Amino acid sequence: MTAVDTTTAPRPSRRGTAHQKLLAFASLIALVIGFSLASPNFFQVSNIMAILQATSVNGVLAIGATLIIITGGIDLSIGTLMTFCAVMTGVVLTWLGAPLIFGVVAAIGTGALSGLVSGTFVAKMKIPPFIATLGMMLILKGLSLVVTGTRPIYFNDTPGFDLISRGSLIGWVLPGFPVPNGVLILFLVAGFAAWILSRTVLGRYTFALGSNEEAVRLSGVNADAWKMAIYALSGAIVGIGGLLIASRLNSAQPALGLGYELEAIAAVVIGGTSLAGGRGTILGTLIGALIMAVLTNGLRVLSVAPEWQTVVTGGIIIVAVYADQLRRGKT
Amino acid sequence: MRHSSLGGGAMTRLVRMEGIDKVFPGVKALDAVDFDLLAGEVHALMGENGAGKSTLMKCLSGVYQPDGGRILIDGKPVSLPTPRSAQDQGIGIIHQELALMRDLTVAQNIWIGREPRKSFGRLDEAKLNADAAAIFDGMNVKMDPRTPVSSLTIARQQMVEIAKALSYRSRVLIMDEPTAALNDTEIAELFAIIRRLRSEGVGIIYISHKMDEIRQISDRVTVMRDGTYVDTVAAADTPIERIIAMMVGREIQHSDIAIPDLSGAETALEVIDVSRGAELKNISFDLKQGEILGFAGLMGAGRTELARAIFGAEPIDRGEIRVHGKPVRIASPSDAVRKGIGYLSEDRKQFGLALGLDVRANIGLPSMGRHSDRMGRINEGKLSEVARSYIDMLRIRTPHDAQEVRLLSGGNQQKVVIAKWLLRDCDILIFDEPTRGIDVGAKAEIYRLLADLAKRGKAIIVISSELPEVLRVSHRIAVMCEGRLTGILPGGARQEEIVALATKREGKTAA
Repeated sequence: MTAVDTTTAPRPSRRGTAHQKLLAFASLIALVIGFSLASPNFFQVSNIMAILQATSVNGVLAIGATLIIITGGIDLSIGTLMTFCAVMTGVVLTWLGAPLIFGVVAAIGTGALSGLVSGTFVAKMKIPPFIATLGMMLILKGLSLVVTGTRPIYFNDTPGFDLISRGSLIGWVLPGFPVPNGVLILFLVAGFAAWILSRTVLGRYTFALGSNEEAVRLSGVNADAWKMAIYALSGAIVGIGGLLIASRLNSAQPALGLGYELEAIAAVVIGGTSLAGGRGTILGTLIGALIMAVLTNGLRVLSVAPEWQTVVTGGIIIVAVYADQLRRGKT
Repeated sequence: MRHSSLGGGAMTRLVRMEGIDKVFPGVKALDAVDFDLLAGEVHALMGENGAGKSTLMKCLSGVYQPDGGRILIDGKPVSLPTPRSAQDQGIGIIHQELALMRDLTVAQNIWIGREPRKSFGRLDEAKLNADAAAIFDGMNVKMDPRTPVSSLTIARQQMVEIAKALSYRSRVLIMDEPTAALNDTEIAELFAIIRRLRSEGVGIIYISHKMDEIRQISDRVTVMRDGTYVDTVAAADTPIERIIAMMVGREIQHSDIAIPDLSGAETALEVIDVSRGAELKNISFDLKQGEILGFAGLMGAGRTELARAIFGAEPIDRGEIRVHGKPVRIASPSDAVRKGIGYLSEDRKQFGLALGLDVRANIGLPSMGRHSDRMGRINEGKLSEVARSYIDMLRIRTPHDAQEVRLLSGGNQQKVVIAKWLLRDCDILIFDEPTRGIDVGAKAEIYRLLADLAKRGKAIIVISSELPEVLRVSHRIAVMCEGRLTGILPGGARQEEIVALATKREGKTAA
């Protein structure tokens, strides 16, 4: 029997997207260098921190989206779910006056529950993910407005809530590295999701479902249950995103949310995860989210009008996916 | 070792299926079918397409639930509500269309659903790979369990499927057309593995259309026809003609190829010095009206690539293509169709059919212009009439012309593709493996059709991996090897000549 060294075992995701990740990473570096040369204001500690802070919410949402997309699905309810989680946190903390930790639980729990519902629609009721999550997107948007009576909930009575995103645990331990907590949370979530994908049974089935769902079923795996678990996990991660945005704004804004799902999906795609499923990495998604944040920030530093920033972001998505197509040598 | 308890029991009856019924919407797929399997035998299951072989095996592997009859394992009645329950009974199946997860590694595929775990749902990757390696050792196959499946050839993927089936300690192994995509060397390797498993007491159910394989590998043969059981016979002392007669319910008459005199015929297609990368190297040939030019060669010789290049599905680097003497630039398949070139892909599901549309629409797809008025309204009556005439001509087994194509068996789907191009009336037709997965009876009809088309002046290219088929239909035989055209032989050439050209590697002369 051959002894097999587990440390060299290839993750299924690594092979297919290595080039794309390299390409994405190179683009990120090129963008940073380009903006640094174009403006002395770009490569400043305060600006870099601002970029990272801006990445945190979209990054967390994109990580949630990555899980779904690897299964071959799509989640359009991410943006409005984020808002609904923030609203539920507001309900628990501000209206009920519960301690901070219950607010955290409310956000993550609401996310997981909503993910489970989406997962049930997709796995059990066989509604295509695009349709199921389109429905959830509208349901959640409506619920946020209904629950709040369309008025924002402020967290002024919950001291320390804004520190979840804006404080800096790292800066407190290591003065001189004022990395905001939001960024710390982003990286913790990323590490956790990467660990799930590469080391656990749940992660294995995430790739397997996206690769050949019928084969998974024929192998005797309870494909539906695992798919629901992945949607629930993704929802929980989106819940963390909801917590971050509520903390950053120190309020739950019920009208916010729509459009965030598309930014998250864009980050996933730029990071090289295949919309066809079966392939993708968390690292790629992180780089994708950073590219989008650097671009937005850099163009603002160069005083490009916000309207044009949106145009450029759209172009980048097309270029990123086209580059991937060229690499595969297929049309 | 894993089958030691069964090693000596050559007469042990592993499986007995009695009076199995299965009904699908509009079709009685199985009608009181009996089948049994002994330990340590290879039992061939034969029948034309749509005879119900795959359906019967899906009942045995827990994919379908029979509507009547019973299944006994080791003499005890069982119910097999899920694939998992069949696996637990020691029944493994290797599906015709391989059911692997391409983005996962070999070991990950084998142990899917049964991953060795550590605490917190963590995977034990080391044990996973070691266990997979042990199975391949037992099969005497060299395979790195950490290889991603997407990088394996079809033959190697099949080995993974077999290893996966064995990992369930299967005592019953169902193989559904396992050699459909394999070359001769790979088939020999597969047979060595089958023989080893048989000697260890595994019962193997072997579905195939290839008669010579059945003679080589199987002990008994059960024949099915139109969803019913016909007979079970010993493979060794039953003539092939008798098995075929049982399958089709009639005798097939063979005829020698009559090569027409084409000296006065117009040249329909000229291919001059066409090259692309390493796949096609300086290919030149011509094709006359009324001629059938067969293309022989091993897998990967470049025949399909050549066909796709002529059809405009892939670009060429150099060279020229002339249609009826005029140089043409074929930029896309629709370009090719406009110039009268039709192509029947070897992969009908991916390229040949709209599976969700009905038979009528599929047949009419490239010729809608002729069956609609100026407003673009389709003349359904006319289309239906035409479709029905092709359904009759090709004996497409379908309840009616409005049946969705995905509900037809593989062979009947292929006939729909053929009907599609016949109706389009292209005058240069490229058939890529026209009878792949098609039953013996229908094959003869397709050969006759090819001859008819040629008589009507069509120029025809037939690509086939089955040498007898190439010999049966071709007026001339072009042979390819590693992207080069190594020779063109007259029809009726000897098999050895073709094999010599098909293996004529660059820088070497044929033996």
